[in-house]
Amino acid sequence: MLKILVCIKQVPDTNEIKIDPVKGTLIREGVPSIMNPDDKAGLEAALRLKDKYGANVTVISMGPMQAQEIIREAIAMGADDGYLLSDFKFAGADTLATSTALCGAIKNFEYDLVIMGRQAIDGDTAQVGPETAELLGIPQISYAASIDYKDGYFIVERKVEDRIYVLKAKAPIVVTVLGESMKPRYMNVARLIDVYRNKQINVWTAEKTNTPAEKLGLKGSPTQVKESFGKQLKAAGTVMDNLDPQEAAKVIAKTLAEKHYL
Amino acid sequence: MIETPELKAFKTLLKDFVENEVKPIAAEIDEEERFPAETIKKMADIGLLGLPFPVQYGGCGGDNKMYSLAISTISKACATTGVAYSAHVSLCCQPIYQFGTEEQKQKYLPKLLKGEWLGAFGLTEPNAGTDASGQQTMAVLEGDHYVVNGSKIFITNAGYANVYIIFAMTDKSKGVKGISAFILESTTPGFTVGKKEKKLGIRGSSTCELIFENVKIPKENLLGKEGQGFSIAMKTLDGGRVGIASQALGIAQGAIEETVKYVKERKQFGRPISAFQNTQFELADMYAKTEAARLLVEQAADAKDTGDKSLSLKAAMAKLFAAETAMNVTTRCVQLFGGYGYTREYPIERMMRDAKITEIYEGTSEVQRMVISGAVLH
Amino acid sequence: MLEGYKDVYVFAETRDGKIQDIAFELLGKGREIADITSSKLHAILVGYNVSKEAKKLIGYGADEVIVVDDKCLENYLTEQYVQATYHIINERHPNIVLIGATSIGRDLAPRLSARLKTGLTADCTKLEAEASGALFMTRPAFGGNLMATIVSPNTRPQMSTVRPGVMQKLHYDESRKGEVTTVKVPFDASKFKVEVVEIKRENKKQVKIEDAKILVSCGRGVGKANLHLLEDLATELHATVSGSRAVVDDGIIEQARQVGQTGKTVRPNVYFALGISGAIQHIAGMENSEFIIAINKDKFANIFQIADLGIVGDVKKIVPLLVEEIKKIKAQ
Repeated sequence: MLKILVCIKQVPDTNEIKIDPVKGTLIREGVPSIMNPDDKAGLEAALRLKDKYGANVTVISMGPMQAQEIIREAIAMGADDGYLLSDFKFAGADTLATSTALCGAIKNFEYDLVIMGRQAIDGDTAQVGPETAELLGIPQISYAASIDYKDGYFIVERKVEDRIYVLKAKAPIVVTVLGESMKPRYMNVARLIDVYRNKQINVWTAEKTNTPAEKLGLKGSPTQVKESFGKQLKAAGTVMDNLDPQEAAKVIAKTLAEKHYL
Repeated sequence: MIETPELKAFKTLLKDFVENEVKPIAAEIDEEERFPAETIKKMADIGLLGLPFPVQYGGCGGDNKMYSLAISTISKACATTGVAYSAHVSLCCQPIYQFGTEEQKQKYLPKLLKGEWLGAFGLTEPNAGTDASGQQTMAVLEGDHYVVNGSKIFITNAGYANVYIIFAMTDKSKGVKGISAFILESTTPGFTVGKKEKKLGIRGSSTCELIFENVKIPKENLLGKEGQGFSIAMKTLDGGRVGIASQALGIAQGAIEETVKYVKERKQFGRPISAFQNTQFELADMYAKTEAARLLVEQAADAKDTGDKSLSLKAAMAKLFAAETAMNVTTRCVQLFGGYGYTREYPIERMMRDAKITEIYEGTSEVQRMVISGAVLH
Repeated sequence: MLEGYKDVYVFAETRDGKIQDIAFELLGKGREIADITSSKLHAILVGYNVSKEAKKLIGYGADEVIVVDDKCLENYLTEQYVQATYHIINERHPNIVLIGATSIGRDLAPRLSARLKTGLTADCTKLEAEASGALFMTRPAFGGNLMATIVSPNTRPQMSTVRPGVMQKLHYDESRKGEVTTVKVPFDASKFKVEVVEIKRENKKQVKIEDAKILVSCGRGVGKANLHLLEDLATELHATVSGSRAVVDDGIIEQARQVGQTGKTVRPNVYFALGISGAIQHIAGMENSEFIIAINKDKFANIFQIADLGIVGDVKKIVPLLVEEIKKIKAQ
């Protein structure tokens, strides 16, 4: 039976985020936390393999204790088990330090396939998948639109701008999944009730990653945020009502060019 | 209701499901008067059809508070889907679970709760509406089966259901004490579904006549004992009323949501109409009423869960108040929408049409008043 | 520890043996950074039968082009490309490495940075360098709601992927001088574990107006006879045509292209509202577009309240002229 690990992240729903126009900081209050959409698609990919061939699907997340919610959600969707890495030593991690921690955690398992979402909607880096694969020393296939398993090979459709590469590789590999490629299933109500009433989520501290503290969290992060600021507010719109068509066309074209939309 | 993490997750699930699966086709199924079979199938897939029943019969192990929340959330977007669901769970699965023998439960519940089969309930007849004692459908015991003749009207889920709980006179001389309940499979020879009603609201819901011509129902499909039918029907309807009250609550909540969105966008005299005191006061009244209805509905659902003896009263109060709130609120919301509210471009006119039935079916508001006053004057 | 790391290196992405625009954009920015930091600009050209393209990179600003030309690099495959680029970076010790934030770049860069044990900043839209060699990399996060400036103070090279279409390429100068160096990489083929089964070109896909970067949206003020004007504009902008409910009801465009309450909600970079009055139902579906350009004859049309650029005028007259103007700018 295939053993699949799916890495999932809890993120603020960025569609609901607002920016404090004065301070340029995020207003996080009242913003719901959700399972990162690409990760959810990755979980769906794993569950489809499970439906088709039988598989043990384990989810791993890293974050504060409240991230247990998405692990429960994953189990309610059909995952078999879930682990949360939660430790203040992970705090402030950039993508490399995050990948280092995940790699350490993953090494506790036997696995054929590690699935991640292509990118998280809070960071949008798409780096943790390939970095984790490199640290694990196994191949990666990113931007996957589908994953199948035949004759001992994973067959992955990697979707890039204008073409699809159909690739194959033997276990173990890391695949990062495109969110739009797979509509995730809903939680099953019976599983939801069961996971909340009867299931304990495994919580691991940094110790379980067998990684020196200086490689984790802020200390282990080569990149640092120097500053952050809100996107410039939309300037009040301009309405021009005295242009002849030629002038109007010029104004529009010039604006498009200035804003690099051409 | 205290919001446990479980409940919060359940609410999120319901919200997502309704937004993506129920709401997008609500106008279409109303317009086309089409039964939302595909939605029912999706609800089955996630386990909703067996929500308040134990896992051992294929249910989810949830309770009636969750079930009520499911109906109201679905009905916020589509009351048609809400009633199809309520009829299945409250009026078919519930009586089998509550009054059925172990054999009957084993035979019917797994399929019904997993949603492989859909359920319905047939009590009303042309001459037996509020007064159920006017039953003319007859069931005569002949050897190892009952032979049933007669007809039913206004049956929700008719034509789509695989299992019907039907009521028939086994002893006319005893009046309501001569009514018995049966589990009828739709494939039984002699059973046909008659004409479909054209309705004001919940137009996607299938409401038809049932016709029985020498329908042979095996003796082991008698639900409860002979003569217990009326009692089974009334107890079933007590629970059903919690379902309909939840549906009505959902309609009111949905209407308010749509209206809040609209009044912030719609501008008149240079201001959004939400800036006018009339809009504000109307919304305040409607919101307070709807919250009161919600509390009554939750109280009734809780009574069903705890086996509270006052379920009948609590369900009647919840249904009466929620139904009248739904009608009142949707009418006022249409008014706030103005001309647009009268058009089918917005869902609000549909909500108003859908609301009306909640004051009528599974016991009219007048019947609820009889039940409530009966308890008060007792 | 940071001693000995110098110069700016740009990964020149190729597809089917052809250098992609992003490479020239990176050279444009790379040139600026190299000049500020008084260092050289190198392009890394990796592929199969790509050597002939090397000169172009010099014309766009590179001082040196390092070519790795090998059969195993015919198709983009992660490990092959990482080995090639890693080999060069490991020998040369760059201060800065820039890679396009394309699906290839975003696959290659993190794998490479992890192998180099250095930092990587994703999808940058702004890069600023100091004479000291420090690079300030600014990128959007939280779905574009927040901008963050990232530094990589203690590790080298400083790496970033850069969003295509943001940086300006230089004017091509054939007379520019530069070197072309060919490098032979000792590939470890035992690590090539991913194989290509098939490469499928995308068929013309279903219209998905939600995914379009630019939408040219048609309102009742345009009319069926003039729809082709909008289609011309859309072609010129690589945009998709959408419309209001009114034109869908009139059968001018299909339902899948409808924007608004009863259609789809869209948030493209640019939304052209052409002959659209701006009923609230329509606005609800497009108000979150990044930049809204409206043309309407009626100066009191609602759409002007949310437009970033509003033009009171006739769509039929303006749009054909606009197409010409855009062609002119592109030709420059």
